[in-house]
Amino acid sequence: MEGLRNGFKQLIKYPSALIGLILIALLVLTSILTVIFIPRNEAIRLWRGGEAIWGHNPKTAPPAWTNIFRSKKLPETILLNPSSPNVESQVSERATGEALLVTYAFDYTADEAPQDIVFNFSASFKSRNPFVSIFWITPDGREIRLIEQGINYNTTYRVVQDTKLQRRLGGLSPEIGLFDNPETEAVDVLKGTYQIVIDGISFEEGSQITRSDVVLHGKVHGLFGTDNQRRDLTIAILWGTPIALAFGLVASFGTSIFSMIFAAIGVWFGGWVDELIQRITEISINMPLLSILIMIGTFYSRSIWVILVVTVALNIFSGAIKSYRAIFLQVKEAPYIEAAKTYGASSGRIIFSYMIPRVTPLLIPGLVLGVPTFVFLEATLAALNLGDPVLPTWGKVIYDAWQTGGAVYNGFYYWILEPAALLIVTGLAFAMVGFAMDRVFNPRLRDI
Amino acid sequence: MSVDVTSLEAQPGAPQEQVTKKGSGRASTLVRVTKYTAVKTITLFISVVIAVYLTILIANMGGYVDQIVRGQIREFIGQQLRANQEYQLMDPAEKNAFFLSQVERAEKRYGLDRPFAVRSLAFLWNAIRMDFGTAQLMSSDTGSRQVSLIILDRLGPTLLLLGASNLILFFVSIGLALALSRSYGNIWDKLIIAFSPTSSAPSWFYGLFLILLFAAVLKWLPFGGMIDSPPPRDQLGYALNVAKHLILPTAAIITSSIFISIYNWRTFFLIYSSEDYVEMAKAKGLGDRDIQNRYILRPTLPTIITSFALLVISLWTGLILTEGVFQWPGLGRTYITAIGLYDTPVIVAITIIYAYLLALTVFLLDFVYALVDPRVKIGD
Repeated sequence: MEGLRNGFKQLIKYPSALIGLILIALLVLTSILTVIFIPRNEAIRLWRGGEAIWGHNPKTAPPAWTNIFRSKKLPETILLNPSSPNVESQVSERATGEALLVTYAFDYTADEAPQDIVFNFSASFKSRNPFVSIFWITPDGREIRLIEQGINYNTTYRVVQDTKLQRRLGGLSPEIGLFDNPETEAVDVLKGTYQIVIDGISFEEGSQITRSDVVLHGKVHGLFGTDNQRRDLTIAILWGTPIALAFGLVASFGTSIFSMIFAAIGVWFGGWVDELIQRITEISINMPLLSILIMIGTFYSRSIWVILVVTVALNIFSGAIKSYRAIFLQVKEAPYIEAAKTYGASSGRIIFSYMIPRVTPLLIPGLVLGVPTFVFLEATLAALNLGDPVLPTWGKVIYDAWQTGGAVYNGFYYWILEPAALLIVTGLAFAMVGFAMDRVFNPRLRDI
Repeated sequence: MSVDVTSLEAQPGAPQEQVTKKGSGRASTLVRVTKYTAVKTITLFISVVIAVYLTILIANMGGYVDQIVRGQIREFIGQQLRANQEYQLMDPAEKNAFFLSQVERAEKRYGLDRPFAVRSLAFLWNAIRMDFGTAQLMSSDTGSRQVSLIILDRLGPTLLLLGASNLILFFVSIGLALALSRSYGNIWDKLIIAFSPTSSAPSWFYGLFLILLFAAVLKWLPFGGMIDSPPPRDQLGYALNVAKHLILPTAAIITSSIFISIYNWRTFFLIYSSEDYVEMAKAKGLGDRDIQNRYILRPTLPTIITSFALLVISLWTGLILTEGVFQWPGLGRTYITAIGLYDTPVIVAITIIYAYLLALTVFLLDFVYALVDPRVKIGD
């Protein structure tokens, strides 16, 4: 224990180790907070819930903070519904049915038009559909009629798809045309207070328009942006942290511990046991580990826990067992082991209480250095679309971005760079600490 | 990907065991190298056979290898019967019954009614003979459904990529490691140490960044593939075009392992350059270059080669996704396609091929090891 404390004191003298430890602490903190505030089921619901959860988000929008570096500020999503500020809503009874007049007012300050403008209507009626008219009033007082049409129980009107409106706006795509400043030649946004007036009438007793919301999809979104299914990447980025850490740490820890136990058993018993372990190691080195994992992922189970167990099982008899063996061969000759033997300690006691604790300091650097390997292994499998079927992970975000979203070709760089940056930060943090530990605990390297 | 520094010290001193009696001259050296190689080949072959057998066992846990054979039988009998006049005249129910009886007979002939242990050994024998059956959906460039032909088509590009990157990696790392071990502690040395943790990321990961930077943003190099479409007509143009496509994937592979290799080998050279005989050589007044080549590089080379072998092994399977990212038409990309199409025979076959390739790599490097290790050559 004293040795470990001294080791730690020496360790934090290395600036890279200190940075690495701080980064690891931040990642662990993020993981804990994520798991507490977004429990697993909630995360799965938010990531797989469907349109109802992310329908209001824009498509492939970069993070909102990227606006700091842009000369032309991109709009954020504006949600307009009866509970938002600057709404006037009035309902008046008619002879049969009722009349609804909603006026939404909002300030528009971005330099670009939104991605889309979507109107959602819900209505209750028996046989005659209610009717709505929508008017768009610009800051300079022009009034543009959008639609005048009957609505169904649920009707969605997307301005982007309105080709008639496009023609009336002089060929400009409608969502751009509605914000265009007519005073200037170029296509630019007229800033100021816009108004949307929704005028609805229903024609039956008890029939009414129950919902009339507007969503102006922005071009930037939240802390991490959205993907091509409009999902908020925050969920995947945050939840990727505990998964990556858990996988990396458990796999590395499991592999090292078991390798060490087998190496110690081989050395202690010697003879055919040692021979067998060495032969298994040689065979194991010849087995294509990643391909076998891929095969298991394809044929049997993509569950991250199954993959984790298989990873550990396949990695026990790797090159590392050879170096542990060399160390144990020296330990076995030590006088205190001789002493234990003379007073009649059992083999199990000697292996687990005397041999393994002795080399534990040597195990720690390898253990820490192994973490990035396994973190990236999980990412590699996920990037091959063999990731866990339900949980969001960084590797899966990379797969989505690269394979299904065409992020590179379409310029959605944030979508790849965010998970990639977190992967490299995690990998570097553990690698920096591991390298420094190697120098602290491995006396031959200390002066070099 | 990170090769533990301590593992460098612990490579087995295997060659001594195979060395026979003392002798001198070229002939006995040849005998020794041959004998060493032969013993290595046999042990390696045995371990490969076991590795392949384990792969088959894993693949067949859900009965997938059986499914391959059953699929083949059905396809073959279907083809045979389609050409049969009498069969064509039967009514559908009769046709089906006849088909099934033929399938059952054939399954019996192939031994699918035999116990699993026997069957898996039969499949092992096929795998050793490189007979992987026919693919379910994929086909080779010439249109054949033979899995071995599909794999053969794709082996060339993979070997080109791995060969190019590993040769550069090996010589550049050794050169730089030697240079750094001579002037350790200077700014370059510190820089390499600072960069060595970056080797924890695999090559495909650096591939993403390189493509983003050089293909998407700067537009200097192609996004991927091996050749432009249409390919240049003259041979020189073709070669240059392939070379241009080779730059980014090679760079990705090299970036992912160069810093750790340099760091490990530099450390290793440093440990060796403090040995007494090096001090002695210095005291004798030998030149730096002589000391480096004869007293440091020579004794460390076998260990360096062993650690390089471990690196190449980790690169082999790491190549799968790198090829996928770069759309490089090699084994790895075929593997990814096969996973996407769920083409079982191809997936199992490529997994086995990877086991062979690993063994081949180990064998080649062992052979080089035998050539450079004086203990094998001179004996004793």
